Amino acid sequence: MDNTFTPIEARKPPSSAIGPIAWMKESLFSSPVNTLLTVFFAYIIIRFIPPVLDWAFISANWVGTTQDECTKSGACWIFIKQWSGQLLYGSYPEELRWRVNLALIGLVAVVVMQFFLPQHLRRRVGWVSLLVYPLISIWLMYGGLGLETVSTDKWGGFSLNILLAFAGILMSLPIGIIWALGRQSQMPFVKVVCISSIELFRGVPLITILFMGSVMLPLFFPAGVQLDKLMRAFIAITLFQSAYMAEVIRGGLQAIPKGQVEAANSLGLGYWKTMRLIVLPQALKISIPNIVNTFIALFKDTTLVLIIGLFEILSTIQAALQNSNWLGGHHIEGYVFVAFVFWVFCYTMSRISVHIEQKLNTGHSRS
Amino acid sequence: MSTTTTSDNNSSTTEARTKNADSIIQIEGLNKWYGTFHVLKDIDLDVAKGERIVVCGPSGSGKSTLIRCINRLEEFQEGSLSVDGVALNEDIKNIEAVRREVGMVFQHFNLFPHLTILENLTLAPLWVRKIPKKEAEATAMEYLERVKIPDQALKYPGQLSGGQQQRVAIARSLCMNPKIMLFDEPTSALDPEMISEVLDVMVELAEEGMTMLCVTHEMGFAKKVADRVIFMDAGQIVEQNNPHEFFDNPQNERTQAFLSQIIGH
Ligand SMILES: Nc1ncnc2c1ncn2[C@@H]1O[C@H](COP(=O)(O)OP(=O)(O)O)[C@@H](O)[C@H]1O
Ligand SMILES: [Mg+2]
Repeated sequence: MDNTFTPIEARKPPSSAIGPIAWMKESLFSSPVNTLLTVFFAYIIIRFIPPVLDWAFISANWVGTTQDECTKSGACWIFIKQWSGQLLYGSYPEELRWRVNLALIGLVAVVVMQFFLPQHLRRRVGWVSLLVYPLISIWLMYGGLGLETVSTDKWGGFSLNILLAFAGILMSLPIGIIWALGRQSQMPFVKVVCISSIELFRGVPLITILFMGSVMLPLFFPAGVQLDKLMRAFIAITLFQSAYMAEVIRGGLQAIPKGQVEAANSLGLGYWKTMRLIVLPQALKISIPNIVNTFIALFKDTTLVLIIGLFEILSTIQAALQNSNWLGGHHIEGYVFVAFVFWVFCYTMSRISVHIEQKLNTGHSRS
Repeated sequence: MSTTTTSDNNSSTTEARTKNADSIIQIEGLNKWYGTFHVLKDIDLDVAKGERIVVCGPSGSGKSTLIRCINRLEEFQEGSLSVDGVALNEDIKNIEAVRREVGMVFQHFNLFPHLTILENLTLAPLWVRKIPKKEAEATAMEYLERVKIPDQALKYPGQLSGGQQQRVAIARSLCMNPKIMLFDEPTSALDPEMISEVLDVMVELAEEGMTMLCVTHEMGFAKKVADRVIFMDAGQIVEQNNPHEFFDNPQNERTQAFLSQIIGH
C-alpha cells in the first residue's frame, strides 16, 4: 500500500451549472410557481413602466417659466423648476441663501469627515467638528455677530427638513446613550425614571408630541417668554428620537458579553471609563444599522412639523399648489417630486450605512 | 477559642501576626450566597507573597466565585477579605485600588475586540495609571516579547489564535504591573495543541516569583509550579496540601474520588 498523500487537483464545475442560460433556469424558471411569477412580473413591467417613463421624461415639459408653456401631455416639471428656490430655502431671503448653502455644505463635510478621515485624525477632528458645526450653522442660519438676522419663521423648504433631522440625530445620540445607560442602572430610582420616560415618548406618535410641544411647552415657561416655534418642534423631535435611540442602543449594550465589563473592571477601569472605552464603542458599532434606520424614519417624520405651521418642503409644495398662477393641478408632479427627493436621500443613507458596516467589519474580524 | 489559656492565646496572636506580615491575601470566614444558594461556605485562606496556589475541584464547586471575590467581581455577604492590606468592602475607592494590583486572566480571554493588541495592552496603563503613551507602549512591547508575539501588536484579537489571544490577555494584565495574578481556567477553552504555549508563559511567570492563584485542571502544571494545591467541593475548601502530598497521598475521600477521575481518563 502507498502511504504518501497525493492531492487531487481542483477541477472546474461542469458547464451546465454556469452561464446565463443556467442562471435563468435556476432562478427564473426553477418551478411552475416561479415561472408563473416571472411571467406575471414581466407583464407588470411591460404594462406600467413605459407609460410612467413617458409621463416623467418623454412627454414631460422641461423648458419654460409659466404654466401655459406646459403644453405636452406629460409632467409639468416647469412647476417644480419655478418653485425650486422655495422648495429648498422656504422664505429665506434670496440674497442670503448662500448662508443656507454654506450650512448644508458644512453638514456634508462634517458627515464625510466622520467616515473618511484617517483613523488617527478621525477621533479628534470628528468630535470637534460635531461640536463646532452646530454653532457655526446656527450662526449662519440665524445671523447676528455681523450677519443680518433671519428669524426662524423665514426658514423653510427642504433645508429645514435636513437641518431639523440632523439636529435631532445629533442631540438624540448623547441623550439616547445616557437614557439607555440609565435604564440599565443599578439604582432603582434612576432606572424607573428612565424606563418610564422612554416608554412615554416611544408610546406616543410624534405628531402628538409636536402638538403637545406647541400647546404645553409654553406653560413651563414664564408668561412673557415666547418659545420659538422651531425650537418647540426641535425639542419635541429630539425627545421622540432620543427615546427610540435609547432603545436601539440598549439592544447594542445587551449584545456586549459580560466578560468585556469584567475584563475592564479587573484592569481597574471604573464604570464610566469602562462604558466609554469598552462597551459603548462596541455597542454603537453593532447598532449602526438600527441607528441609521431610526434616522431615516426621523428624516421622513420631519415633514410632520407642517402641522404646527413650519414651512418645510411638503407644506411649501402645498402652498405652491394654491398659488393663483399655478392652479392647473400639479399635485402629482409636486408629490412625486417630494417623494423622489426623500427617496434619494434615504436610499443614500442606507447605502452609506451598509458601507460603514462593511468597513468596520473588515478591520476587526478574523479574515 | 474561649477555652484556651491566656498564654496559648498570646502565642497564636503572634503567630497570626508573623503570618500576616508576609501574607498578601487574607480571607476569613467568607460566605457568599447567590440569592438563597449558599455558594461559598466558611472559606479561610491566607496567601503568602510569592506563593503559587492551584485551585481545583469539580465544576460548580465555587472555584471561579472564590477567585472572583478576590478582585471583587463578585461581592460576598459574610466574612472579611483583604488584599495587600486593603480591606475589600463597599468602598469603591478600595475596590479600584485592589483591582489595580490584581491581574486576572479569564477562560475566554475577554480581549477587547475593537482595539488592536497594542491598544488592549496600553489601555489600562494609560487610563488607570496615567502613564505617558510612549512609555506604556514600550512596556507593552516588552511584555509582548515575553509572551513571544511582538509581531502581532497591530492586529486585532479576532485575527489571533486562541493560544495567542490568551497570551495577550496575560500580557495585558502584566502591563498593570500587578502584585497578584488570578487565573480562571486559562487553558480550558483552548485547542490541545495550544495549551502548552500558555502554560509555558505561566510557568515563567511563576519562576519570576509572581503571587498566583490559578484555577486549573492541568495537573502537570500544578506539580511543576504550585506551592499549594487546594481542592474545593460544594463551596468548601475540602483539602489543601503541597502538590507532592496532595497527589500522592490525598486524605479526603472526595479528593481521592476527584483525582482518580481526572487521572482515570
Ligand atoms: N450569577 C450567578 N447566579 C446564580 N448562581 C450562580 C451564578 N454564578 C455561578 N452560580 C452557581 O454557583 C456555583 C459555583 O459556580 P462557579 O464558582 O462558577 O463554579 P466553578 O468555577 O467551580 O465551576 C454553581 O453551582 C453555579 O451554578
Ligand atoms: Mg469556573
